[in-house]
Amino acid sequence: MKKRKPISTSSEWTFELIGDYDRELARIAAGYGLETYPNQIEIISAEQMMDAYAAVGMPIGYSHWSFGKHFLATEKGYKRGHMGLAYEIVINSDPCIAYLMEENTLCMQALVIAHACYGHNSFFKGNYLFRTWTDASSIIDYLVFAKNYIRLCEERHGIDAVEELLDSCHALMNHGVDRYKRPYPISAEEERLRQQEREEAVQQQVNDLWRTIPRASDKSGNKKEPRFPAEPQENLLYFIEKHAPLLEPWQREVVRIVRKISQYFYPQRQTQVMNEGWACFWHYTLINDLYDQGLVTDGFMLEFLQYHSAVIAQPGFDSPYYSGINPYALGFAMFRDIRRICEAPTDEDRYWFPDIAGSDWLSTLKFAMKSFKDESFILQYLSPKLMREFKLFAILDDDQQRELHVTAIHDDDGFRALRQTLAGQYNLGNREPNIQVWNVDRRGDRSLTLRHTQHERKPLADSASEVLKHIHRLWGFDVHLEIMQGDQRVSSVHMPPKPPAPSEEDEQTRMDLIIPPI
Amino acid sequence: MSYVIDRRLNGKNKSTVNRQRFLRRYRSHIKKAVEEAVTRRSITDMEHGEQISIPGRDTDEPVFHHGRGGRQHGVHPGNKEFTSGDRIQRPPSGGAGRGQGSASNQGEGMDDFVFQITQDEFLDFMFEDLALPNLIKRHLTGADSFKTVRAGISSEGNPSRINIVRTLRSANARRIALTHGKRKRLSQLEEELARLQREEPDNLQAIRLLQDDISRLRMRIEAVPFLDTFDLKYNLLIKHPVPTSKAVMFCLMDVSGSMTQATKDMAKRFFILLYLFLKRNYERIDVVFIRHHTSAKEVDEEEFFYSRETGGTIVSSALKLMHEVIVERYPANEWNLYGAQASDGDNWNDDSPICRDLLVNQIMPHMQYFTYVEITPREHQALWHAYEEVQESFPDYFAQQQIESAADIYPVFRELFKRRVEA
Repeated sequence: MKKRKPISTSSEWTFELIGDYDRELARIAAGYGLETYPNQIEIISAEQMMDAYAAVGMPIGYSHWSFGKHFLATEKGYKRGHMGLAYEIVINSDPCIAYLMEENTLCMQALVIAHACYGHNSFFKGNYLFRTWTDASSIIDYLVFAKNYIRLCEERHGIDAVEELLDSCHALMNHGVDRYKRPYPISAEEERLRQQEREEAVQQQVNDLWRTIPRASDKSGNKKEPRFPAEPQENLLYFIEKHAPLLEPWQREVVRIVRKISQYFYPQRQTQVMNEGWACFWHYTLINDLYDQGLVTDGFMLEFLQYHSAVIAQPGFDSPYYSGINPYALGFAMFRDIRRICEAPTDEDRYWFPDIAGSDWLSTLKFAMKSFKDESFILQYLSPKLMREFKLFAILDDDQQRELHVTAIHDDDGFRALRQTLAGQYNLGNREPNIQVWNVDRRGDRSLTLRHTQHERKPLADSASEVLKHIHRLWGFDVHLEIMQGDQRVSSVHMPPKPPAPSEEDEQTRMDLIIPPI
Repeated sequence: MSYVIDRRLNGKNKSTVNRQRFLRRYRSHIKKAVEEAVTRRSITDMEHGEQISIPGRDTDEPVFHHGRGGRQHGVHPGNKEFTSGDRIQRPPSGGAGRGQGSASNQGEGMDDFVFQITQDEFLDFMFEDLALPNLIKRHLTGADSFKTVRAGISSEGNPSRINIVRTLRSANARRIALTHGKRKRLSQLEEELARLQREEPDNLQAIRLLQDDISRLRMRIEAVPFLDTFDLKYNLLIKHPVPTSKAVMFCLMDVSGSMTQATKDMAKRFFILLYLFLKRNYERIDVVFIRHHTSAKEVDEEEFFYSRETGGTIVSSALKLMHEVIVERYPANEWNLYGAQASDGDNWNDDSPICRDLLVNQIMPHMQYFTYVEITPREHQALWHAYEEVQESFPDYFAQQQIESAADIYPVFRELFKRRVEA
């Protein structure tokens, strides 16, 4: 047996040792052909980690009270020992910034480097969503631009005005992304150059939209105006930025900033299972290789395995610690499983995955990492074996039935249904309410009509009316929200709230009812 | 390719701004909590931070999301006994087994947003909108604090403060001055030598003589030192005394038999509030405790609050002593003088007018502010009425209020030190 020459034997880290581990990990990762951005490893203290938490993963953030709220909550939880802090935070930028906490042991630092600097980093660089939707090289510049711009706005227009505006934008953040169109890469340099130009141009367009030159008298009042927007718009923030009648140019720019940042985080929200699974797979593989090459001690390995198994633990649904499916656990298990299917396929695997059973595991894994998001990844690769291991079962909770219904479990009849249901859980389109801009009453009261198309009759939570207040603030005129089931309008919410006087539509529906009033 | 950077020394309080924004936004909630805390807390723990809790719905950031209801699908791990087609009773309150556990059974834990403010912030909120009514006197004590300022160049000083430019400039000047004649002579000799070598190259003796002279001159020029001790110039720093503001606070309390321990506790809270408040405004504060029954005595804090005496009450004795102390130790042109008197209002019948006269004629002209609190649930006593006259003469410098229970202390304090709108 080869004589072990461990890199270190103590558990205290030093900068030299971190450098040594990083070099070895980089060497092994390069052997697997992992493509990464250059790494920038930053050692920070616990307080700084709390700061990083509060900024929700942005290394440079503009000032807003909600970040302060996050900070206070984190601080309280941490100081009283209710929660530990994450061991690392990694930022999708070029170079890829990874924060390591100084409290970590050497083993933990090595794990975190493998996890963040080679796992996440290669995911950021490889996955199609990140490649399409975010521009790692310019994000830091853009955040700096955003921070400075918002600070300037605060100086010019007062903190309160900016804060109110940001509140409203944050309320719509999840509805401020383009889901299908690829956005332009954002660059701070261009941004600054074009911003002035844009302000003027946009304002002009808005004014054009709202021009109220009296038209040749239209005697036939029933002649339908074309609806505006002609197609329903799903990016509410974009629509407001471009078409809200009363916003000042600087306000449009702030809306744009929030929208851009939301867009930047959009891929992360869609690839949680994959991203974490990929990172866990690689820290597991890389550290094991270190061990196989005799570069770490047995003690190091035991410590590593303890952290690793804590991270990928999946409590059952009836455990007091259960809080949904652990994305680390699911993702890690799936990538390991794909490798297994490639290397040692069973007959079942050959039946379910004829394409990949027995193929080269590394290229299959990389293809999976590059070409999917959570939803499609699960749909494509979740194997019956894993469903059995996790003992998955699907529950239907229908408010029109008295009992919960178990629709599928991990048996031959249930695999496909189970997989589909689980994939659906990771579909942002299902998870988030589908709300679109339906109409703007351009010649009338300038009111904005939104439509919520219900998915599986799921209603909006009570916060909807609060969000409408925010939309009302941005839009400046009345806002209506219509709740649709298919093509049927079931109810509507108005901001400002309408008195319960019967509206035109109500009268129509009443006429449809044949039941005479009592 | 990796870089490892140590960021630990970078500022760690990146979130300070956001934290302040949060406090600013919820200032009214926090203020209310602080006010409650002030009345609730014991005296000694006035200087700690405070836990603030704000109703969760006020700090919510609303977004569109799905509520309960409709058809909700969910996949969960850890199946033990279910087979497909099973019907299960809904778990009570929809807690376990459901992805959306927002309705917590821990009650308030989820409802309130709870956080901690620091002691400084606590005091900030406590004394918000309060101001010391009269301008602060600043005085040069000449002993307390100094600011070092630059005061030009000196030729003596500490090596670390050498002014290199000035030193070299002066060395240069000295060298020019000391070698001027020699260099003039040297250039003459060199011209002469050149002429000799050109015109009489055979006159070797003259040439050698000249060359000797030249090299001697060169040596003498070089002998002038490049840097001499008296070239050295130093940046001069001198100390400027900084005017400091200092205040003395007189605590006057009646310790006669009629004052119970409860009354004294209330008085103590009032004094502590005043002390904390003054401390925020002045760099240095002295506190003088004077207690009195029929005669007055200057005592230390412990004795002031906790020893009991019996006997009648003559308030003027305390005022007299206070005046003596002022004259003796705290000249009014240097010190900001504050007085706070607490009593249950009892006084020897004939004494109240004396008190009034003492205050009006001797004490009040020097005082920054004098407050009197009467701690009694009963009717005002003679002293109160006497002091009303004082207030008429010094409306800006004198205030009195009545405290009935511990809950009144903070409101009364705020009333006394409320920021006044300048006319």
